[in-house]
Amino acid sequence: MVRLRAESPCAGLDLPQTAGGATLSEIVPERIVSVMPFRGREGDVDTALAAAGLGWPGPGEVVGGDGAAAVWSGRGQAMVFGAEVAPDGAAVTDQSDAWAVLRLDGPDAAAVLARLVPLDLRRRSFAAPGSARTLLSHQPCLLIRRAAETWEICVFRSMAETAVHEILRAMAGVAARG
Amino acid sequence: MRVAGYGTIDRGRDLSFTFDGRAVAAHPGDTVASALLAEGTRLMARSFKYHRPRGVWSAGSEEPSALVTVGEGAARTPNVRATMQEVWEGLGVRSQNAWPSLDRDLLGINDRLAPFLGAGFYYKTFMFPRTWWERVYEPAIRRAAGLGALSGESDADRDEKAFAHCDVLVIGGGPAGLMAALAAAEAGADVILCDEADRLGGRLLSEDEAVAGLPGAVWAAETAAALAERGVRVMTRTTVTGAYDGGTYGALERVAGHRPRSGALPRECFWQIIAGRAVLAAGAHERPIAFSDNDRPGVMSAAAARSYLHRYGVAPRSAVIFGNNDDAHRTARDLAAAGVDVKALVDCRADVETRAPYPVYAGALVVGTTGGRGLENVVIRHPGGTARIWAECLAVSGGWNPAVHLTCHMGARPLWHDDIAAFVARDDAVPGLAAAGAAAGRFDTASCLADGARVGRAAAEALGHEGGGAVDLPAANGAPYRIAPLWHVPGKGRAWVDLQNDVTVKDVALAAQENFRSVEHMKRYTTQGMAPDQGKVGNVVALAALAEATGRSLAETGTTTFRPPYTPVAISAMGAGARGAGFAPARRTTAHRASLDRGAPMIEAGLWFRPSYYPRAGETTWREACDREAATVRRRVGVCDVSTLGKVDVQGPDAAAFLDLVYAGRMSTLKVGRVRYGLMLREDGHVLDDGTAARLGEGHFVLTTTTAAAGAVMQHLEFAHQVLRPDLDVAMISVTEQWAQIAVAGPESRDLLNEVLDTPIADADWPFMSCGAVAVSGVAGRLFRISFSGEHGYELAVPARHGDALFRLLVALAEARGGCAYGMEALNVLRIEKGHITHAEIDGRVTADDVGLGRMVSGAKDCIGQAMAGRPGLTNPARGQLVGLRPVEGGALTAGATLFPEGAAWRPETAEGHVTSVAWSPELGTWLGLALLSGGRARHGARVVMRDHLRKVTTLCEVCDPVAVDPEGGRVRG
Repeated sequence: MVRLRAESPCAGLDLPQTAGGATLSEIVPERIVSVMPFRGREGDVDTALAAAGLGWPGPGEVVGGDGAAAVWSGRGQAMVFGAEVAPDGAAVTDQSDAWAVLRLDGPDAAAVLARLVPLDLRRRSFAAPGSARTLLSHQPCLLIRRAAETWEICVFRSMAETAVHEILRAMAGVAARG
Repeated sequence: MRVAGYGTIDRGRDLSFTFDGRAVAAHPGDTVASALLAEGTRLMARSFKYHRPRGVWSAGSEEPSALVTVGEGAARTPNVRATMQEVWEGLGVRSQNAWPSLDRDLLGINDRLAPFLGAGFYYKTFMFPRTWWERVYEPAIRRAAGLGALSGESDADRDEKAFAHCDVLVIGGGPAGLMAALAAAEAGADVILCDEADRLGGRLLSEDEAVAGLPGAVWAAETAAALAERGVRVMTRTTVTGAYDGGTYGALERVAGHRPRSGALPRECFWQIIAGRAVLAAGAHERPIAFSDNDRPGVMSAAAARSYLHRYGVAPRSAVIFGNNDDAHRTARDLAAAGVDVKALVDCRADVETRAPYPVYAGALVVGTTGGRGLENVVIRHPGGTARIWAECLAVSGGWNPAVHLTCHMGARPLWHDDIAAFVARDDAVPGLAAAGAAAGRFDTASCLADGARVGRAAAEALGHEGGGAVDLPAANGAPYRIAPLWHVPGKGRAWVDLQNDVTVKDVALAAQENFRSVEHMKRYTTQGMAPDQGKVGNVVALAALAEATGRSLAETGTTTFRPPYTPVAISAMGAGARGAGFAPARRTTAHRASLDRGAPMIEAGLWFRPSYYPRAGETTWREACDREAATVRRRVGVCDVSTLGKVDVQGPDAAAFLDLVYAGRMSTLKVGRVRYGLMLREDGHVLDDGTAARLGEGHFVLTTTTAAAGAVMQHLEFAHQVLRPDLDVAMISVTEQWAQIAVAGPESRDLLNEVLDTPIADADWPFMSCGAVAVSGVAGRLFRISFSGEHGYELAVPARHGDALFRLLVALAEARGGCAYGMEALNVLRIEKGHITHAEIDGRVTADDVGLGRMVSGAKDCIGQAMAGRPGLTNPARGQLVGLRPVEGGALTAGATLFPEGAAWRPETAEGHVTSVAWSPELGTWLGLALLSGGRARHGARVVMRDHLRKVTTLCEVCDPVAVDPEGGRVRG
């Protein structure tokens, strides 16, 4: 029987790379599922997620740690990273292969993101951990602040090459300023 | 000349740059203007229209005259203000708008023709023949007039865009801005301070003035350090260029222009700064006085003369100073102290101090100048007579205009204040923006410091930052500003008001005389203030001239409209990153590289890249490859990457009811494990998109959309749910990116699939339009028995990480049995042979009935668009209806061609429809077309003429059924 080789979204894109005070690398989460509670079932979903050490995140919230986390990803929607959950009362889809997850960290990470993302990234406005749906240059993204200087940028798998190209260019511009 | 002991630039180091190819000595910190003045060069440019010799008026970004081109080749940048361009070793600068050279500009002939070239001249003179204006006159006039020019080549230099957020944005880092930033930061606000110059200090860098007992420049440097300690983000070389809605400000940062090029450093960065509050501390611009020949190189602003002296240590050998306010006296004092031969101080006011170590003419006027490429003599009229005074420089101060421009960017007009003879911004002209210091009409340093502290604190408090105490106000000069309005000294020669667009007092008067009396009409008639500097220097003088000509006050006359940007911003900076492929993200399927490996040329489908065809050795045209691929699918098996099709997962107790609403057909009756084709209509009754719905579970569907409309369909579904039927309990999400989906089509498709599926399938269990879970070497996938080609076919979906491997595997196995990979061209041929529609047919103007799918609009239930699709205009039998076309006597078909009745003239009113798609059918050995033809369904067998006016093709066609291959559908079901 044949075996189907698996490829990560950023395969061939020459990551990780460091420029100045920022490093871009690819994260390949074990599993990502979208969870969208049906009407009136947020409580049940919250309880079910709590069993996995997580919870239902409010807008902009991330519940969980560096490993498993429930990340708010839109109206009535969360992405659960790194946990096998299938709560009753919610639409659940497998999104493990849908996102390219890029980790940007370092003291210059916020300055690099400021070249690409229109949001207020100051810590009082965008706490860690926290999440937002926004734009990365011209493409949509789910932006997660894991820690003060650690960001995860989830973009469509199909757009990974453009995203990496644009982030690397922003990194080079920031690094060149010294 | 350089004056010993003056200037704050680094006089200890030397560098050189070139001006028109000639080396010029300079020091780090110099601008092009200061370095040229230091070596005695006064002529720096030729004027826009008359090619008059021009020098430098100012020492800042408002400069109207000294525009130069920086850099060479593709990267050259025109219209750079010499007063802002910092020099560096090796910088190349050229003069512009002169031929053959700045010194001997032959187009100076325009100046001799000036009597004929006044405002409005072109429009009155070049009227006949009418058609010549665009083709002859305007191009000729444009060639003779102008500023610098772009290279016309693609510029490889990179710019950058960025966003910044703060509580308080302080615009300008002079005394008011420094105090505003300090006060706001003390109160606890998060502050950004922007200043155009290379360092903070503003006017303090240009004056001999003490603040807190320190030289102004030193106090500014110490305050800058204090700001840094308090976490204020200081952005130097950054001009705030526009005020926009919601506290958004545009700002242009010069990142690389002031130093030798290096690597990835962007040339400029265009910032969007979003601020809770803003303080406008942009200072003021000194204005000229209009008198005859007031534009000669050597005539400059008195404040600029002090800037060059105190900042750069540059001064003329001799000078006359002319003014209507006390700054003229200050200038004379400073220049005299530096050893400049002050030949005369001319003050229009009679009651001024005349004791000085230089001649002071009170109640006197400068009435003209003489000279060629530079100032030679200043002609003055004083109570005792007239005099001609030889001088290198004439420093003029007509008073100050607060820099109110940003406050006008959202439509507000400033108010005239008689006491300071200036326009001042209204409060809250831009919501959340308050002016402070000279920008608010407070001109002495002590007032600026106090005002800045007050307005900065207020801005912070308005945002709830009330920490700290009031900041200490340093002691500073508080001498009041005294001015007697003087705008224009009447005389014979031309008195210039707009140096950048060559507008004179006489032009303004002519406008008024010809009844262009409104300030906006005068502006357009004369072009006053329409140059890139928007008339920062000359506008108020021109308004005064208009007021004089119309007998109104300045307050009644009002101002023209200042618009963003405050200073010119290159489009390349605003659009940074969005050039070439950077214009939009590229979407690549997981099989992208596999297709490239097979030599497939890629075509764009929306943002996606899709393989066009897979050429084989010996095939020299795309048609050969396409014909082979299409024929292979019909006879054996083909493999095609269809991952780009949109996929939407819909779940919930009301999922079926929701799909009944959004699809024309009924989806609630679909059995689990089955797929149904469906149309979605827009609310107006036209077709939005087509695709399939697969029922994976009782409350679980997966929809497919076309590649191009995936986003639009998702938006439509969200709208339908959130707005039309929020009561339905349904959740949806795109799963397009999750699944790689490969079509396998052809008589051998099942056999090929069974080579990869863990459990082989049989036709009995997998009839046409069935779906279900399968496994491929242990990987959970989904199989759909659907077909776009009309052959027995499947689409196999696996998680995207396996997409590349699955595609390569299927293609290899297909080739082993005589099959192949096929691309978009063959896919298109196959679907045209079957009469299947794409967005070439459903182009947004057609109904379900137009494309022959009217029966799919279920009468048994309502759906979005159903009512509107019933309108008479949309059910008219004469509408274009989908038909097939074939050439009758050979000849080609072309997409986009128009259809006419046989024998009719080819005119718009005789047109009966158009060809939407065409293909050469290898199966049938003929061209096939799909077309929307008026009443077409009833015309099968009739003839129409296809005429392509663009490609000059005419073909007689027979109208036929759109389905040309296997109309009974035996192959797809078999």
